[in-house]
Amino acid sequence: MQFMLLFSRQGKLRLQKWYVPLSDKERKKISRDLVQTILARKPKMCSFLEWRDLKIVYKRYASLYFCCAVEDQDNELITLEIIHRYVELLDKYFGSVCELDIIFNFEKAYFILDEFLLGGEAQETSKKNVLKAIEQADLLQECHRGPVQGQYTHVQWSDSPLLGWGQRSASCLGHALDFTHT
Amino acid sequence: MPAVSKGDGMRGLAVFISDIRNCKSKEAEIKRINKELANIRSKFKGDKALDGYSKKKYVCKLLFIFLLGHDIDFGHMEAVNLLSSNKYTEKQIGYLFISVLVNSNSELIRLINNAIKNDLSSRNPTFMCLALHCIANVGSREMAEAFAGEIPRILVAGDTMDSVKQSAALCLLRLYKASPDLVLMGEWTSRVVHLLNDQHMGVVTAAISLITCLSSKNPDEFKTCVSLAVSRLSRIVSSASTDLQDYTYYFVPAPWLSCKLLRLLQCYPPPEDGAVKGRLVECLETILNKAQEPPKSKKVQHSNAKNAILFEAISLIIHYDSEPNLLVRACNQLGQFLQHRETNLRYLALESMCTLASSEFSHEAVKTHIETVINALKTERDVSVRQRAADLLYAMCDRSNAKQIVAEMLSYLETADYSIREEMVLKVAILAEKYAVDYSWYVDTILNLIRIAGDYVSEEVWYRVIQIVINRDDVQGYAAKTVFEALQAPACHENMVKVGGYILGEFGNLIAGDPRSSPLVQFNLLHSKFHLCSVPTRALLLSAYIKFINLFPETKATIQEVLRSDSQIRNSDVELQQRAVEYLKLSSIASTDVLATVLEEMPPFPERESSILAKLKKKKGPGAVSVELEDGKERGELNGGADRGGEAAIAASNASTPSPSSDLLGLRSAAPVGGPAPSAGSLLVDVFSEAGPAASSTRVNDDGFLSSAPPSAASEDPAPPLPESDELLNKFVCKNNGVLFENQLLQIGIKSEYRQNLGRMYLFYGNKTSVQFVSFTTTVSCPGELQSQLNVQTKPVEPLVEGGAQVQQVINIECLTDFVDAPLLNIKFRYGGALQNITLKLPVTINKFFQPTEMAAADFFQRWKQLSQPQQEAQKIFKASHGMDTEVLKAKLLGLGTALLENVDPNPENYVCAGVIQTKIQQVGCLLRLEPNAQAQPGEQMYRLTLRSSKDTVSQRVCDLLAEQF
Repeated sequence: MQFMLLFSRQGKLRLQKWYVPLSDKERKKISRDLVQTILARKPKMCSFLEWRDLKIVYKRYASLYFCCAVEDQDNELITLEIIHRYVELLDKYFGSVCELDIIFNFEKAYFILDEFLLGGEAQETSKKNVLKAIEQADLLQECHRGPVQGQYTHVQWSDSPLLGWGQRSASCLGHALDFTHT
Repeated sequence: MPAVSKGDGMRGLAVFISDIRNCKSKEAEIKRINKELANIRSKFKGDKALDGYSKKKYVCKLLFIFLLGHDIDFGHMEAVNLLSSNKYTEKQIGYLFISVLVNSNSELIRLINNAIKNDLSSRNPTFMCLALHCIANVGSREMAEAFAGEIPRILVAGDTMDSVKQSAALCLLRLYKASPDLVLMGEWTSRVVHLLNDQHMGVVTAAISLITCLSSKNPDEFKTCVSLAVSRLSRIVSSASTDLQDYTYYFVPAPWLSCKLLRLLQCYPPPEDGAVKGRLVECLETILNKAQEPPKSKKVQHSNAKNAILFEAISLIIHYDSEPNLLVRACNQLGQFLQHRETNLRYLALESMCTLASSEFSHEAVKTHIETVINALKTERDVSVRQRAADLLYAMCDRSNAKQIVAEMLSYLETADYSIREEMVLKVAILAEKYAVDYSWYVDTILNLIRIAGDYVSEEVWYRVIQIVINRDDVQGYAAKTVFEALQAPACHENMVKVGGYILGEFGNLIAGDPRSSPLVQFNLLHSKFHLCSVPTRALLLSAYIKFINLFPETKATIQEVLRSDSQIRNSDVELQQRAVEYLKLSSIASTDVLATVLEEMPPFPERESSILAKLKKKKGPGAVSVELEDGKERGELNGGADRGGEAAIAASNASTPSPSSDLLGLRSAAPVGGPAPSAGSLLVDVFSEAGPAASSTRVNDDGFLSSAPPSAASEDPAPPLPESDELLNKFVCKNNGVLFENQLLQIGIKSEYRQNLGRMYLFYGNKTSVQFVSFTTTVSCPGELQSQLNVQTKPVEPLVEGGAQVQQVINIECLTDFVDAPLLNIKFRYGGALQNITLKLPVTINKFFQPTEMAAADFFQRWKQLSQPQQEAQKIFKASHGMDTEVLKAKLLGLGTALLENVDPNPENYVCAGVIQTKIQQVGCLLRLEPNAQAQPGEQMYRLTLRSSKDTVSQRVCDLLAEQF
């Protein structure tokens, strides 16, 4: 993987992780171009696109887009599930994660990503093991534990849980609600 | 939900983020940020020492500001201080800041590296992981220099914790990707490979990425990984979905690891060991079988994970391309996906099928899906999916379905997305040409192409149709008739006018018998478009008119009148005016015979590979058209099997024309018309602007010059070649332009071009002094047997070269047969009364007559094997005298004149090239392989260069020449 970007429907970058050396200027240009390209796409379109000489794999969760750039020989579907596993990790850690959690605890989002992916490759795919690593770290955090919460008011457009109920307990509704929470 | 923490130390950060989010405008945000920056700066500068917590908070705020897109120019030192904190969270924030805001300040890097070193040796696994994450995130060369030696040890040490091993493996991968020369696996190789057997699935998952990358670069050293990977894969594939506990993802056992194992195997050919191979085939069959089982979950994650493995397995099957049964099963599976309700699967199936279409085992199976694919082209709502469908149609096209596919692509073109039109046009043009059985179909198709998507029809496409019409007399009448009809449309594309002008100018006579298309009607039709066209098209039309005067004397008066009109003869465009004047004059003074000779029908174009193909390749990269090249035999159909590189058609038509405007009259036939000769001035400027910096850097060696030509020498015999003349010659093996020689008096620049077995060289002699050279003479001679191998012609130069002036000399070269020696260039002149006498080798080497040849891997290896007699091969092993920079190597190999073939050699470090040397009496096919061992220490890096060709002298000579280049 060459980079991962998280951005909102408004085009605001929420997280950026670069696994190849690029100048600040190039990064900004890539982010700008790609955010524009993806936001212009319609909901039911395919999650993959060719972009320059890279393959882009993206998926929207509620108000957030998760977007990865992988190389030609990389597997698109497994990349899609990399994204999903990361969302699951965030969700488990924050508890029903929403965009605001990532805004206010951006450093945690980076730490979790580092435990999951390193150098652009999967380091640990077990949810338990990743969370164990993070929680251990939280235990070391002297008297504090867990992310900052309850200190920001949820705003209308960005407080939807990234994983809807449909994802959490499929038995209730029986279908995935990936795109329905807006 | 985890317990909500109270009073977390970062409250200040949360307040700041809230403030920023509440800003109503960009200005307000900037104001708030500046306020915060001032605050932080004062805290950092303040007298009171900050505690770790405050430092962490401020550093984190700075990070947030940076990630918002603002510049941060301080705080690095505070972040570095945090690294040595004993508190985990402070250290963590410090590392995050360093990872995101790397600064090349060397003092800082020393401090950072120290902190990392301490953490790596702390034996505290969480600290070690943080340090490794930081190295992996930064991945700079400095980091590699400091830690590349240490990390492999951590990776394989028996007492390293699993989580640390995982980080170490990927950290090493990142360093290897950035600085492969610094990461030396050497003694660790076997222990790293054995990580594939590790009990901890996470360790295997991390390690395999490293092993895959290393294997793809050094397949031989890592080849023991194949059997380990197969047995690991086999265990996963046959495990029950619960066996792997948390590594099972939505009922799919270890999908990430499975995909990576299958990917690793794609670095190698099929296993030779029968048992291993059997086990692998079994795995692949199981994966294909599982695709048919009912899903264990309705969740998309389940099917995605399962299909990710399936697609990776299919990639491996295609990579092996040796199991017909598996290939056909793969094709059927993809066929099912073509109609799947998931857009993603349809997209991937189309993409994957494209590669299947090129395998001889599955080509037919792929073809059975043609209707579905055509339907996808028409109905898919997502343009990226339609693009894949178009690619697949192109890949599955052969003689049996070409007409249907071309028709469908043409009709799709009418509504196609603008972004893909140009590529579609190229593809249609290629298919139409490649599978044309009757050429009227081909002509119809291309004219339709121009009608439907004229804006996207590039020069290559319309040049090509003209080449083909000129070369095939059975289609000329039809082409004239069709283009005449097409021009009747009230609005027709300018490209149509170009084709029309050219074809009617050449073959209008073939339809002139019909009163509906009599000469005057034809002329009036063309001329009715004239004023709507751009200058180059008008220029072309003017040439068509003069051709008309020759074809149809009855149009002479009308056309002369047109040429004579002020709008032509006084046109503000120089090119148009010149043509009008010259053509008018030509038509009035030349006799019919002269006119007929000058305006004779264009001779057939040399057979060549379609330039359109070259263009598509350029657009899509080499992989995209491999299908095309796979069956070189069929391609020959139209092109006489000429297996030569794709010089653009433009080269053919423009090389012989003095002006950039497309011209019906070649240079040679234009000469009597008095067309402008190639502008020497512009060439001069070119040479010296290009050579400028090079010239100043080449050594100024007057000694050699003076001693080799003592002023007292009365003898007029040419001096022997300068001692360095071989070295000078070598400089030009891979390039055509530059400074050949320079001393205090004289600079000699070269610009040369080669086509087929012909070459033209422009020599520029520059007098660097302020005094004139007198009796300036230059002679080119071919010593010994070279006389019968090369034909070299020169024109004498002016004997006086003024101070500061430059004179140009043109040398025409014809290669009769292959040769080894170089022609000698002797220059004599008097400077201040002293005779100067210099002899150099003219950089004409056999490789200049290379035509690049693109070919697919299978083709390459077949030819390679055919050239297996010992005398056909020349090989050299030599030390690298320059760095092994990939781009430089590639540029040199391309400069050699061969085609650089990607994805042919199983080892991607190696380079293979192919080309055909064109001489007058024969063509010599030549294959080349260059194997660098980049792993070696700098200074001990070696190359092995192997040449195979149908002629031993050629193999040897090219090998000798090229070995001097690296």
